[in-house]
Amino acid sequence: MSAKLTRTMLYIPGNNPAMVQNGGAYGADAILLDLEDAVAVNRKIDARVLVRNIMNFVNFGDVEVTVRINGLDTEFAIDDLKEIVPQKPDAIRIPKINSADDVKKIDQIITEIEKEHGIKVGSTKIHAMIETAIGVENAFEIATSSKRISALTIGGQDLTADMKVVKTEAGEEISYARRRIVMAAKAAGLAAIDTVYADVDNEAGLIRETEMIKGLGYDGKAVINPRQIKPIHNVYMPTDDAIEKARVIIEAFVKAKKEGVGVFAINGKMVDAPVVARAQRVLELAGIEIGGQ
Amino acid sequence: MKLKITAQAGSLESCDLLVIVNPVEEGAGRNVEMESMVISEYGDSILKDINGILDQFDVKDVELVVNDRGALTPTIKARIEAALLRSSKGKG
Repeated sequence: MSAKLTRTMLYIPGNNPAMVQNGGAYGADAILLDLEDAVAVNRKIDARVLVRNIMNFVNFGDVEVTVRINGLDTEFAIDDLKEIVPQKPDAIRIPKINSADDVKKIDQIITEIEKEHGIKVGSTKIHAMIETAIGVENAFEIATSSKRISALTIGGQDLTADMKVVKTEAGEEISYARRRIVMAAKAAGLAAIDTVYADVDNEAGLIRETEMIKGLGYDGKAVINPRQIKPIHNVYMPTDDAIEKARVIIEAFVKAKKEGVGVFAINGKMVDAPVVARAQRVLELAGIEIGGQ
Repeated sequence: MKLKITAQAGSLESCDLLVIVNPVEEGAGRNVEMESMVISEYGDSILKDINGILDQFDVKDVELVVNDRGALTPTIKARIEAALLRSSKGKG
């Protein structure tokens, strides 16, 4: 029952060979090779070709590999997709998704590229980045617009710019957006990934924000510096007590299943499906596998 | 591929390679001027990577000035390709 965790997605500038080739070594659950904001406009070709070549050459191990392409409203998006889709990343992050129509356009382009390269149609996943007010309002429509979408992500910097407000430490201005996006993602059965915490020197602030977004239901957070990885993983790590309780529940569940018993009790309390699901999640976050399910 | 202008790609950062592509007259052939801290160990291999990309894009006549900072094969090839593409588009 080992599920892939995405507690951290590390942004890596796509035109930096040292960082891209070492992407698997930073300890993040996922990397986000960036062809968009981290790359100067006159270096887009360089980054696209570099990321394509290194993806084809380097084994990133268990690290989930995602690539952020340039937005559909730029001249770079189509060429990005043509080079990156054939490398079969775990997902492509598409910035500034405002509506289901945006997703459908991308879906169609990716389908054509998959056919051209003999890749199974539909196998390329999309992480839809919601970073405009209209995108937030359309979150559920976006989440359900294509089977390719495997996660919704929120982009805090662009969203606050679009709302014409300043992004603050407390984040009250994007509180509604965070809640709306995570609910849309969960309603559609998708992962939800939070925005970056920009102040890399403020570990206490990073931990506070991670505790908050974990509480809202986010599966993880984008990070801009490898130093941010460990504190976030620590926040997501269940306590020893929670792990022990979850282990007891799952072991009882496995035993009951083997015996063909649908409902079972632990210490006189009936255990139902949501309790089992929560216990499974605790063990996933702790990296513990219990077989036989 | 028809090269139009002098173009550059890459950087002098560690693990990278800086290349300048200069178009030359037809029939002049390939001239590669290379500097690398690992030239005695990997010079031939780097040259093979460079020629592989020049073959791929059918570039017979070109002058390349290459400064390698320990780039791996995918980076070497990417930097040469990017410089060629930029030169052929006429956008430095």
